[in-house]
Amino acid sequence: MLEQLDLTQLIFGRLSWDAIPLHDPVIVATFVVVAIGGAALLGALTYYRVWGYLWKEWFTSIDHKKIGIMYMVLGLVMLLRGFADAIMMRIQQAWAFGDATGYLPPDHYDQIFTAHGVIMIFFVAMPLITGIMNYIIPLQIGARDVAFPFLNNFSFWMTASGAALVMASLFIGEFAKTGWLAYPPLSGIMESPGVGVDYYLWALQIAGVGTLLSGINLLVTIVKMRAPGMNLMKMPVFTWTSLCTNVLIVAAFPVLTAVLGMLLLDRYLGTAFFTNDLGGNVMMYINLIWIWGHPEVYILILPAFGIFSEVVSTYSGKRLFGYASMVYATVVITVLSYMVWLHHFFTMGSGASVNSFFGITTMIISIPTGAKIFNWLFTMYRGRIRFEVPMLWTIGFIITFVIGGMTGVLLAVPPADFVLHNSLFLVAHFHNVIIGGVLFGLFAGITYWYPKAFGYKLDPFWGKMSFWFWTIGFYFAFMPLYVLGLMGVTRRMSQFEEDAAMQFWFQVAAFGAFLIALGILFFIVQLVVSHRRRDQLRDTTGDPWDGRTLEWATSSPPPQYNFAFTPRVHDLDAWWQMKQHKYRRPEQGFKAIHMPKNTAAGIILAGISTVLGFALVWHMWLLAGVSFAALLAVAIGHTFNYDRDYHIPAEEVERVEAERTRMLASHV
Amino acid sequence: MSETTYTPESGDVEALEFHVTEDHHPETGTLLGFWLYLMSDCLIFACLFATYGVLGRSYAGGPTGAELFDLPLVAINTSFLLLSSITYGFAMLETQRKRVGATIGWLAVTGLLGVAFLGLELYEFAHLLNEGAGPQRSAFLTSFFALVGTHGLHVLFGIIWLVVLVVQLRKHGLIVENQRRLFCLSMFWHFLDVVWIGVFTFVYLMGVLP
Amino acid sequence: MSDHHDAAHDDVLPDAPHSTFKGYMTGFVLAVVLTVIPFWVVMADVFESTGVTALVILSLAAVQIVVHMIYFLHMNFRSQGGWNMLALIFTAVIVFITLAGSLWVMYHLNVNMMPGMMQDPWG
Repeated sequence: MLEQLDLTQLIFGRLSWDAIPLHDPVIVATFVVVAIGGAALLGALTYYRVWGYLWKEWFTSIDHKKIGIMYMVLGLVMLLRGFADAIMMRIQQAWAFGDATGYLPPDHYDQIFTAHGVIMIFFVAMPLITGIMNYIIPLQIGARDVAFPFLNNFSFWMTASGAALVMASLFIGEFAKTGWLAYPPLSGIMESPGVGVDYYLWALQIAGVGTLLSGINLLVTIVKMRAPGMNLMKMPVFTWTSLCTNVLIVAAFPVLTAVLGMLLLDRYLGTAFFTNDLGGNVMMYINLIWIWGHPEVYILILPAFGIFSEVVSTYSGKRLFGYASMVYATVVITVLSYMVWLHHFFTMGSGASVNSFFGITTMIISIPTGAKIFNWLFTMYRGRIRFEVPMLWTIGFIITFVIGGMTGVLLAVPPADFVLHNSLFLVAHFHNVIIGGVLFGLFAGITYWYPKAFGYKLDPFWGKMSFWFWTIGFYFAFMPLYVLGLMGVTRRMSQFEEDAAMQFWFQVAAFGAFLIALGILFFIVQLVVSHRRRDQLRDTTGDPWDGRTLEWATSSPPPQYNFAFTPRVHDLDAWWQMKQHKYRRPEQGFKAIHMPKNTAAGIILAGISTVLGFALVWHMWLLAGVSFAALLAVAIGHTFNYDRDYHIPAEEVERVEAERTRMLASHV
Repeated sequence: MSETTYTPESGDVEALEFHVTEDHHPETGTLLGFWLYLMSDCLIFACLFATYGVLGRSYAGGPTGAELFDLPLVAINTSFLLLSSITYGFAMLETQRKRVGATIGWLAVTGLLGVAFLGLELYEFAHLLNEGAGPQRSAFLTSFFALVGTHGLHVLFGIIWLVVLVVQLRKHGLIVENQRRLFCLSMFWHFLDVVWIGVFTFVYLMGVLP
Repeated sequence: MSDHHDAAHDDVLPDAPHSTFKGYMTGFVLAVVLTVIPFWVVMADVFESTGVTALVILSLAAVQIVVHMIYFLHMNFRSQGGWNMLALIFTAVIVFITLAGSLWVMYHLNVNMMPGMMQDPWG
C-alpha cells in the first residue's frame, strides 16, 4: 500500500483531481468556452486537412518571415487573454463597494492581476516586438534570413512553451497570487506553498531562453548581415533601435534568469537567498529583479520608437529629421537604462544619497526621450503628411506618451514617490507609457507593414475605428486612475468600503475598458474585412506607401529568399535613393540561392521543455527526469545533423521573379 | 535644405550600382554569437557574485568561510583548471596543424583535468554537507553553493560537449563546422577559467580573511 | 559530408584568430604567477591589514582576467571587426554596475532598515 502510494507520488507528484478548479464558476465557464472554441478550431484544422501544411510550412519553418508572423499570432492571441483579465478586474473594482463583494473572490482576483501583468509583458508585448523585429530587420538590411535560422525557430517555440504553461495554470491548479514580479517573501514557499508561483517561475525561465537566444540572433544578424555599403550610420532607424533593444535583451535577461533561478532554489531546495531567517535578504531579490526590470521597459519601447520614426518619415514624405541625434539618443537610453533601477523601490529605505542619485539619473533619461519627440515633430513640420492609419497611431502616441512621460518624471522625484508609490497613480503612469507607447507603436507597425507581409493593405475604415476606440477608451480607462491614485487608492485591491465619489471614477475606468474592448474587436474586424476585400486592397508594387527603406524594394509578400540580388547601399533611405535614380530591377541573370533547411528540432525541444516545466511545477520527479534526459538527447542528436542547407535552383528564382515582373506590369 | 529631392552625395549619379550581381555570402556569425552568449552568461555569474557579496557574511550563527574553506584543496583545483586551459590551447594548435589525432588527444587530457576538477569539487561539497554546512544552513552557504555549483555545472556541461565533439571529430574530421565548434568550446572553456579566477579570489581567498 | 558546400572553400575556419605556442605559454606562465601570489599572500598572512590583502588579491585577479582574455581568449580590437571587444567592454560596464550598485544599495538598505544586524564589513 505504502509502495503504491509512493509510486503514485513519483508519477503524479502533487497533481490530483483537486487541482482542477471546479469550485470556481468563472473558471469553469471560461474552460467550457475555451474547450468548445479549441475543439472547433482543431476540428476545422483536421477537417480541412491543414495539419501537414501547418507542420511543413509553418511550425518547422526557419524562414524569419514565417516565424515573425507566428510571433505576431501568439502575441495577439495572448492579448485577448491578457485583456480578458483586465476587463474582469475593471468590472470587479467598479462593483465591489460596501456590501457588494463583486464576483471575484480575493483569491481569484490576485491570480488575475498577476496573470494580466505577466501575460501582457512577457507574452504579448515581447512576442509582438520580437515578431516585428524578426520580420522586418532582415528585409531592412537587405539580408536573406537571420544569422541563426534554426535558433530563431527554437526561440519562438520556447516563448510559446512558456505561454502554454501560463495558459495551463488557468485550468490545472492555479497561477501566482503575488503580482507580476513575485516578490518574496510572499512568493516564498512559506507564504505561497501552492503551484502558482512555480508555474510563474518555470514559464518565465523557459520563455526567457527563447528571448535571450532571439536577442543574440538578431544582434548578430544586424552586425554581420547588412547589405554591402550599409554602414552603421546608414542603417534604418528601426534597425538601430532594434539593435539597442537586442543589446538590452542580451545584457538584461540573464539577470532575470539568475534571480528567478535563486527563487526556484529557495522554493525547491529550501535555500536561504530571500528568506526572512538564516540571514537571507528579500531586498536582494527586489534589487536584482529591477536591474532586469528597468532595461526591460526600454526593450519594449525602443522598437516602438523605431516604428514611429519609420512611419513619420514615410507619411511625411521626408527624410527623418535629426537621424544622427535619434541614433545617439537611442544609444544613450540604452546605457542609462542600467542606472535607474532603484526608482522602483525608493520607499524601501535606501536613504537620501542613494535615492537622490537614482532620482537624478531617472530624470536625465527623459532628456534623450524628449529629443526624440522633437525629432518626430520636426519631421512632420512642413511635410506633406498623409493621415493613413499608422500616422494616426503615431500622433496618438506623441500626445499620450508625453503625458505618461511627464507623470514618470513626477514619480522620479523621491519625495513625490513616497506619496504615490504603489498607488493607482503609478498604475496609470505605466499603462500610459506602455499602451500609449508600446501598444500604439505595435498597431502602427502592424498596419504599416501588413501589406508587406500579406500582399494587401488593411482596411482603413476599421483601422480608424480601432484607433479611435483604443485612444478614447484609453483616456477614459486610465485618467480616472491618476485621480484615484492622488486620492490615495493603492493598487491590487479587490474590494473597497462604501465611497460613492471613489466608485464613480472606477465606473468611468470600467467604461473606458469597454471602449478598448471595442477597439480590439474592431481590430479583429479589420483583419477579417481586409482579408475579404484583399483583391481591392492588393499591393502589386511591393511599395504601397512610397516607402524609403529596403523592405519596400522587394515584392509583397517577399519571396522566400527576400532579394534575388543582394542590394548595394549608398545612402540612408536606400530604397528612396534607388527610386530617385530610377533603379531598374534586374530581370535575368539569376543564380541559385543558398538557404537553410526546415527542421523540426525546435518545436520538439520546446515541446519537451513544456513537459519538463509542467513536471517540475507538479513535482512529478519521474517525468521530470525522463523529459530532461530526452531534452539532452534531442539537443545532442541535433548537433549530429550537418546537413542544414540547400540551394533554391536558379530556374525557381527566375520563375518567382518573372511572376513579380508580371505583377508590376499589371499595376497602372 | 530640401528634404524631398535627392542630392547625390558623391560621384557620378549614373555610376551607382544598386545590387550585387555576384554571389554575396555574409560572414557567418557563429563566433560572435557564441561570444555574445558568453557575455550573457557572464551576467548570470555577475548576479551570483553580487548575491555572494551581499549575503557572504550572513552566517546565521553557522560556520564561516574561514572555518570551512580548505585553501590547499582550492589551490589544487585551481591548478587543474589552469592546466586544462593550456591543454585546450594545445588542442587548438594541433587543429591549426590539421592533426585530428593529436587534437583529440589533447581534448581528452583537457576533459580528464575537467573531471578531476569536478571530482575534487564534489569531494569538497560532500565534506561540507557532512559537517552540516549544506546550502540550507545559512545565506552565506546558500550563496556559496549557488555560485560555485553553477560554475561546476558549467564545467560538467563543457565536459559533455567535449565528449560529443570528440565523437564528431572522429566521424567527420576537422571540417570547418567542427573547427568552428572546437573554437566555440575553447572560448567556453577559457571563459570558465576566467570565472574561476573570480571565484577563488572573491569567494575562497577573501572568504577566509577576518 | 564531403560534398558539403563548405568543403568547396578553403577548409580553414575563416574568422578565427591564429594561435601560437608562444602565446599560450606566455599566458600560462603569467597566469600561474598571478595565481600563486594571491594564494601565498592569503595563506602566509603577508599583510597585517585585511583591507590591503583584499585590495592586492582583487587587483591581481583583475590583471589575471586581462591576461586570460588576451592570451587564451585572443581578445583584441580587430577580431570580429571589434564587436567582440565592444561586447566585452559593455558587459564589463554592466557587470560593474550590477556588482557595485547592488552592494551600494544593499549596504544602505541594511544600514537604514536593519541597524542591529550590521556586521557586514564589505560595504
